[in-house]
Amino acid sequence: MSAPPAIALERVRKEFVKGERRVLAVEDVDLAVAQREFTAVLGPSGCGKSTLLNLVAGFDRPTSGRVLAGGEVVGEPSPARGVVFQEPALFPWLSVFDNVVFGPKTQGQPAAEYRQRAAQIIEQVGLRGFESHYPAELSGGMRQRVGIARVLILQPQIMLMDEPFGSLDAQTRTLMQELLLGVWERHQQTVLFITHDIEEALLLADRVCVMTARPGRIKKTIQVGIPRPRSIEVTTSPQFNRLRAEVFALIREESRRAATESARAASAG
Amino acid sequence: MLRAPWFLLLPLAFLALWHFAVAERWVVEGIIPAPAQVIDSWYTWIFGSAQASLSPYSGTWLANVTYSTRRVLQGFGLAAVVAIPLGLMIGWNRLVARVVDPSIQLFRPVPITAWLPFAIAVFGIYDASALFLIGLGAFYPVVVNTTHGVRDTNLLLLRAARMMGARPATVLGKVVFPSALPSIFTGLRLGIGVAWTAVIVAEMIAVKSGLGYVLWDAYYVGRMDICVATMFSVGLLGYLSDRVIVAASTFVLRWRALEAHE
Repeated sequence: MSAPPAIALERVRKEFVKGERRVLAVEDVDLAVAQREFTAVLGPSGCGKSTLLNLVAGFDRPTSGRVLAGGEVVGEPSPARGVVFQEPALFPWLSVFDNVVFGPKTQGQPAAEYRQRAAQIIEQVGLRGFESHYPAELSGGMRQRVGIARVLILQPQIMLMDEPFGSLDAQTRTLMQELLLGVWERHQQTVLFITHDIEEALLLADRVCVMTARPGRIKKTIQVGIPRPRSIEVTTSPQFNRLRAEVFALIREESRRAATESARAASAG
Repeated sequence: MLRAPWFLLLPLAFLALWHFAVAERWVVEGIIPAPAQVIDSWYTWIFGSAQASLSPYSGTWLANVTYSTRRVLQGFGLAAVVAIPLGLMIGWNRLVARVVDPSIQLFRPVPITAWLPFAIAVFGIYDASALFLIGLGAFYPVVVNTTHGVRDTNLLLLRAARMMGARPATVLGKVVFPSALPSIFTGLRLGIGVAWTAVIVAEMIAVKSGLGYVLWDAYYVGRMDICVATMFSVGLLGYLSDRVIVAASTFVLRWRALEAHE
């Protein structure tokens, strides 16, 4: 018998109720992510991508269906499922070092052990020399490095990343994507990566799940198949261009559908 | 030009107006003392004087300042020790909020002066009356601002902490509390202001020492110069205590100063 998938979503549906209004965020989502697989979820804005991630993280419960991690139903958030948020969400009153060691420290791990690990990880994400800086003193890219470092130190089986580079400028984003490729090739966790950036998804992931407009469903899953180790150069290869054209057509269809539907809703309302 | 001590302009103008109003008899004689007389009486009140040894106010300033300051610190300290944990619990736990918050909102509009007869009836003409009034007055702003600070905590920080394995108690202590600190300090600043108001009211009626007692007593014996000197003394002490809290807050919230430069 084979090992259970690292992440499994089974007929997941999530509806938010705000007063009188009900919003169906995702519906009928089936998704299995294998151990050590890097899966990107790609979709137009407002399609419920982040909802999926919050369900896997344990921040939210599905309205119906099941969310499993390592074969067990997801309950509370856990260090086994590390999350990198879109805003870095660092503790502004803690230094870079204290932000990075927050997890192991709060779990009561021995300081001698996690301090050494922290030094290594800080080195890997390129933050050496900034240990005693506060988040407010860092650039957006450096803050996100801290956001990644504090998850790596948890040694999670699963890393959940919610548009982590979405708010960075183009150059910094490329640098961070390369950094993530390097870090992932070293640590090899299962990654669920949420993004609306086609190139980012194709550059990083083994597999890209394209979502429909709301209510979000998985429209199509595409195997990327570009050999690793990858670098930013692969984005100019013919294979990459073919994949990009394919995904672009899928996304465009969904964005159009979303636009006409919201226009129809506006004229009806 | 901007570096000139502009803040002195209005006080000096006020002082001049005051001086001439008395000297030129624009005001009824004997009711408002001249600035020079106030300074003279204040000096004697502080340092005493050989000639004025018969005056009950000679050299008693420090003793009365000490009485009032001690009451303020005790009442305010008591309020902070109760209000900060309570505010944390109200902001953190819905059940606590439902049970406690409505009562606080119900009692809060009762002015601290309206509690005076009650305090004297229950605690008598003793320190306990004053401490009750000061503590109650300072309690409300601290508890309300602490609660507000807790509820204002960024949801992502709470999620991040839980994701990193923090238990609820740790989240409260290591995330919610530091995140609420700026609000808590705002509450403390408002609270110390109310505490000085309350101590004067309490000492006027409920005890027989301190600056509030001197103020009312001096009024009764027609010593307006001492009344005015007392007003300035209270103002000065209130200002100093506020500066102390601001300095503590600037030190504790060093990380916020960095954010302001963004």
